[in-house]
Amino acid sequence: MSATSPLPNATATTTISTVGLPSRRNTELALLVFAVLIPCFAYANVGLAMDGAMPSGMLGYSLGLGLMAGVAHLVVRKFARYADPLLLPLATLLNGLGLVLIWRLDQSPRLIQRAKSAFGSFQPDAPKQLLFTAVGIALFIGVLMLLKDHRILQRYTYISMAVALFLLVVPMFFPAVNGAKIWISIPGLGTIQPGEFAKIVIAVFFSGYLMVKRDALALASRRFMGMYLPRGRDLGPILAVWAMSILILVFETDLGTSLLFFGLFVVMLYVATERTSWIFFGLLMSAVGAVGVATFESHVQKRVNAWLDPFACYKTDPSGACQQIGDAVMSFGSGGTLGSGLGQGNSDLIGFAANADFILSTVGEELGLAGMMALLLLYGLIVERGVRTALAARDPFGKLLAVGLSGAFALQVFVVAGGVMGLIPLTGMTMPFLAAGGSSIIANWALIGILIRISDTARRPAPSPASSPDAEMTQVVRP
Amino acid sequence: MNKPVRRIAIFCGLLVLALMIRDNWIQFVQADELKTNKHNHRVDIARYSQPRGNIIVDGDAVTGSTETGGIDYKYKRTYKNGEMWAPVTGYSSQVFDSNQLEKLEDKVLTGDDDRLFFNRTVDMITGKGKKGGDVITTLNAQAQEAAFKGLGDKKGAVAALDPRTGKILALASTPSYDPSTIAGANDSKAWTSLQNDKNQPMLNRALKQTYPPGSTFKVVTAAAALQNGLYSDPDVKTDSPLPWVLPDTAGVQLSNEGNIPCQNATLRDALKYSCNTVFGKISADLGNQKMMDEAQKFGFNNTIDTPVRAVKSVYPKDNRPQNAMAGIGQASNRATPLQMAMVASAVANNGKLMEPYMVDKLRAPNLNVIEQHKPKEMSQPLSAANAQKLQSMMETVVQNGTGTAAQIDGVKVGGKTGTAQHGVDNSGNPYAWFISYAKTDNGSPVAVAVVIEGSDTTRDDIAGGKLAAPIAKSVMEAVLKTEK
Repeated sequence: MSATSPLPNATATTTISTVGLPSRRNTELALLVFAVLIPCFAYANVGLAMDGAMPSGMLGYSLGLGLMAGVAHLVVRKFARYADPLLLPLATLLNGLGLVLIWRLDQSPRLIQRAKSAFGSFQPDAPKQLLFTAVGIALFIGVLMLLKDHRILQRYTYISMAVALFLLVVPMFFPAVNGAKIWISIPGLGTIQPGEFAKIVIAVFFSGYLMVKRDALALASRRFMGMYLPRGRDLGPILAVWAMSILILVFETDLGTSLLFFGLFVVMLYVATERTSWIFFGLLMSAVGAVGVATFESHVQKRVNAWLDPFACYKTDPSGACQQIGDAVMSFGSGGTLGSGLGQGNSDLIGFAANADFILSTVGEELGLAGMMALLLLYGLIVERGVRTALAARDPFGKLLAVGLSGAFALQVFVVAGGVMGLIPLTGMTMPFLAAGGSSIIANWALIGILIRISDTARRPAPSPASSPDAEMTQVVRP
Repeated sequence: MNKPVRRIAIFCGLLVLALMIRDNWIQFVQADELKTNKHNHRVDIARYSQPRGNIIVDGDAVTGSTETGGIDYKYKRTYKNGEMWAPVTGYSSQVFDSNQLEKLEDKVLTGDDDRLFFNRTVDMITGKGKKGGDVITTLNAQAQEAAFKGLGDKKGAVAALDPRTGKILALASTPSYDPSTIAGANDSKAWTSLQNDKNQPMLNRALKQTYPPGSTFKVVTAAAALQNGLYSDPDVKTDSPLPWVLPDTAGVQLSNEGNIPCQNATLRDALKYSCNTVFGKISADLGNQKMMDEAQKFGFNNTIDTPVRAVKSVYPKDNRPQNAMAGIGQASNRATPLQMAMVASAVANNGKLMEPYMVDKLRAPNLNVIEQHKPKEMSQPLSAANAQKLQSMMETVVQNGTGTAAQIDGVKVGGKTGTAQHGVDNSGNPYAWFISYAKTDNGSPVAVAVVIEGSDTTRDDIAGGKLAAPIAKSVMEAVLKTEK
């Protein structure tokens, strides 16, 4: 947005115009072709590297991914003609790469042996993931077809709150898995991570709530030492969300979810009120909360110690936290600049959650620094397209929702990737689109669906004004 | 509200940037450190992903590799006659690391050595797997076998050198272990039992254990007397009263073994009968510093890398009575079998001590030599003339002294026996020592040191001449046979 531009910077995106913007659907289609071809090549690469032959499922896999992407594209063409052209190809590419990585780890004799000795049998995750992808894309299509306008969601502000609370609280009543209570298990159906869905629902609630309250929160404040201090009673909501996050941290011992929700709220509060002081309060409160809980929760403490020096406690830590993070970091290091090549690394040495929480270390080891940079840029692009959608949105609810969803996405990527790479303490969350896990993939496709819907509304030309009969009848006769 | 949205965009960009910086840190800056981290299993996986190069003795490999069919390690180390060669090869285990040559020359054996870079690159281009290089040792298979068989089920060690070059010809230690038993991934049981064995089968006694050298050290004391001009003729009577009282003590007498003619004995007789009084007095007359200097020239008070490191043998800094005792190889005097072989070798090589070594060359998989060891002089503990005097004294010991058991027909053999006391009030079974060399017209091809830890034999029988000398003899014979 250079200052010398003859047009005001928002012209292209925000000003309501009856002149139709290019729909960019063909750009999307071209990008989608790449997004499907790259994972197909990667799939062939894994097969050739590991068995010296093209993998047998190659055709089915390529057709499956291509078909799903094609259907999604057609639905976008029909129901969200003006949508952002990058979001769908980016999500497809990440999802496709995730499938390849999961399939690659399914072929690992080490993981097969580990599963057999732990559970008595081994089940490949790639077919399941393909099924979840189909469900995810179906949900994506459902969102586009049923949600004609994102503002409809505004009606469900308080219902969303109730649903979000339910989704966040319910895992507390289920047994902890690997030290964190973020799963609910339904006999016969498997496990669900409600936190992934709660992420979207709570963004809807915050958007609706903040849109109504933003003026009160922004204006009714005192100026003190260059900062706007909110009134005491306006602090209520942020305190409530903060307490909620702390409770999640204490009862579900899940640092990631807690951080995600509090961060999401602070981001949206800041956007809604334009008051920097909220950021300051947010940081202060999360610091207090994190330090406080870390002092009392042994699970969190262990994670922090493992983060500080994984190799000091590598052999001694009985919980395996040090070993996990140490293995992950060594996996990245062993990959080096160019990586070992798909199928040729030893990232499967991280036996635990190799294709879920730690899938990124397979990317790091087998695709190297180069692959990781590309992957992080893909995630960065999704986030920036989301924020761009927020900029373009014409209504405050849409703006808040778009910035909230992309902010949540960015925070999740940061928390997971940062944890696996040893930048921050490890938390039990999954890399969106990449990691094995049904809840994550389904919820993130829904998230992309909503962003596409908002961006479509934002870029759609305003309907041409209805022709006024008065205008026709009033003749102006010029001399 | 676009302004805060833009700021959030920047914030999200910063999050991704932080991840990218961190990624560069671990995948580029710290990559090598993490690749070779001691917890990194990949190092071992790579080490056993192809057959290792071999350790070679006399043209035959004493090691090998076998396919395991396991997931992590495709190959496993095997050893031929492992117990005999363990003090040379060390072990290479998939779980318990490795030691000795297997560890020191690991890079060559796995093919990771920088000097094999060209080979690796060519193999990579032609699609062949990485191959390991070979380590060619200086050892003599016959001598090693003679040493190992000679030790039998006794506890002890043998070190044999070629005095002219410093080549290690034999390096045996018993009881030993077979490194094959701990090479695999599921051998922790064997490993624990070896670790807990009170006989310490994994201890390389030839290099890593020190013993009081006892009377064999008198050779060093005699060398000190000759070098410092205290006595210059081995056949002139020394000033050696009997009984002799240790200096600075209230009448503590140093005694001899039995009733032997030690009063004012010549150096030759003193060595022949192994007179404690004569050599104790020489040590006392020369003083601690001179004794220490001479011992250090023979290699004492320093670790020696062969390249497998031999622990320090110690000639201590001590007070006068203790120094006199150290002069006859007692008190705090400690030596490894290798050290005592070096003493014999320096005398045999006319006073020049050659640096001992056991790796002759390193060889690339395509048989190119990538490193050739050149013999190096380490020091000259005594002059050629004095060395010849000492040789004639040591030869007398074998001809008609305590070391007659080491005589070999037609070959000049010089030697010295030793029986070292140890334990509280000398209660432990003494150590039986024998050091010797054989000499032909081409100089001396072999010097050897044998030590046997207290076995069940009675005390009287343990004198080095009876237990240790026959082993030294068979080792020398083996070397002489291959020399021809």
